[in-house]
Amino acid sequence: MPIHEKSLIRPENLREHERLDIDGIDVSGPWSTFIESRVINDYNEDLEDEVAAFPGGSLIHRCWQCGACTNSCTVNALNPDFNPRYWIYLVRLGMEQELIRDKDIIWQCVSCHKCTHVCPRDVEPEGVMKALSHWLEYKGHTPKSNSMHFDEEFYSQVLQTGKIEEGRVIRNYFNRTSQPLFQNWLIRMAKGLIRGLPFVLLMKMGIATVLRPKTKDWKASSDAISEYLDERVGERNSVIDRTDQQ
Amino acid sequence: MDKNENLRNDLQRVAYYPGCALEGSGHAYNRSTKQVGKKLGLDLVEIEDWNCCGAMEVKNIDPEIQNFLSVRNMSIAKHKMGFDVVMAPCNGCYHNLKKAEHDIAHREQTRTVLEKLSKKSKVPEYKAGDVETIHALDWIKHAIGETNLARRVKNSLEGLKIANYYGCMYTRPRHIFPEKDQGENSESTSNPHFMDDLLRAAGAQIIDFPLKTACCGGAHTLSDCDTSTRLVVNILQAAETCGADVIATECPTCHSGLEMHQIRAEETLNITTKPVMLYFTQLLGLALGLSPRKLGIQENISDSLDLLRQRGLA
Repeated sequence: MPIHEKSLIRPENLREHERLDIDGIDVSGPWSTFIESRVINDYNEDLEDEVAAFPGGSLIHRCWQCGACTNSCTVNALNPDFNPRYWIYLVRLGMEQELIRDKDIIWQCVSCHKCTHVCPRDVEPEGVMKALSHWLEYKGHTPKSNSMHFDEEFYSQVLQTGKIEEGRVIRNYFNRTSQPLFQNWLIRMAKGLIRGLPFVLLMKMGIATVLRPKTKDWKASSDAISEYLDERVGERNSVIDRTDQQ
Repeated sequence: MDKNENLRNDLQRVAYYPGCALEGSGHAYNRSTKQVGKKLGLDLVEIEDWNCCGAMEVKNIDPEIQNFLSVRNMSIAKHKMGFDVVMAPCNGCYHNLKKAEHDIAHREQTRTVLEKLSKKSKVPEYKAGDVETIHALDWIKHAIGETNLARRVKNSLEGLKIANYYGCMYTRPRHIFPEKDQGENSESTSNPHFMDDLLRAAGAQIIDFPLKTACCGGAHTLSDCDTSTRLVVNILQAAETCGADVIATECPTCHSGLEMHQIRAEETLNITTKPVMLYFTQLLGLALGLSPRKLGIQENISDSLDLLRQRGLA
């Protein structure tokens, strides 16, 4: 396959002679560049099944490698190493070690849905990115990402009360990730918010953050949701355990 | 009335799903939406006892739980309140309700899970097509239309240069919005124009803005601040370069993301940008003669009052 994405060639795999003369022809520098060949024999044949077991990953098998996802990707435009097409390729081939090299950036998908919008095979690459980051964390390749901390905090509030209260989500999230709440830009933002806020509204918001907005009759839904999630997590874990034993 | 506008009579009274953000950081959007509705003689009835739609977060825990969260709201609107149309002004809520609708119509697995969850939660079962979910833009565009809107303008936005920013969730992915891209009068997913149409009718000068549907990094606005700041700076600088005074928004997450990261870009990157952010409902409200206070304009973090005073709008 021709490599259009030059960022995929890692500098350590490139070889070239500073000075080289073959049959009287000068092929120094870039004229003698080649990519070092390598042998890969540590495939994880179950990788695709494992990733597919995480929320969002179930359609990964449909991919045809057209690259529309990477082409449209918001994060790829900021960082060429962020390459959904390539990661899907690695997962489907089972090249786990190669995938793990990008473990620290995969969670950065911003869910803008440009990839899902353009994907001609309905792979929902955005979901696959989320499944991949879950998989990396589940396998212990990366610590829990900030994004995952945020998702968990958000979910736990929805489960408890049926609604979220933004102030509480933010405070608890900063707490979970041990980040200081008093950063210059956050202070300026809070000041900007309070500046124009009518007193009554300010009081209301203050009260909301203590008493928390709640959905009435939420208990039955909350129980049903957590019971369902337990089942799903159980199913997912059994897929991973089965593939781990093989 | 312009015959080509295809106005609808069934949007005079719709179920209203504000969502969590509109009770918090987006309260000015909530207030201005209600005020504009009232001024135009449109009735909003809040969904009783609604719950969070799961935003961008719950789907990462499990997509079917997120679908259930949306369906519970739609089911209450239909089966307990008797509404056929749900209006959600927040892009996140709107997107999630549409996504649930799509999944129910097309995925057996979703139907099975939701049937089970609804039964256990004692929520009347929701069937595909029970309600139609629309955005605040659809609501005003189809209930009032540009011609009628232009007639009711008291305080034209003339001379105000506006870049319209629609964000991600209003148009993507296209398959959950089957009514879009259906020719004239329908919204376009590649070049949305409903906000342009309405604000133009209100007299504003609409800037040709290439980043209408770019991403502001809203999903990671706090969990990956550096990325979000870079994305927001792109949007703000593009709008400024195109000559915009104002960026009009239609989503509380985009709106607060732009406000927050405009400040953060000043603090961390030393990049200062001029455009101010206003919800499109605030701009429409001004044009209809409502006071900035009623529209919650002083409640925005981004300070637009000076600009509006200069233009004789406040």
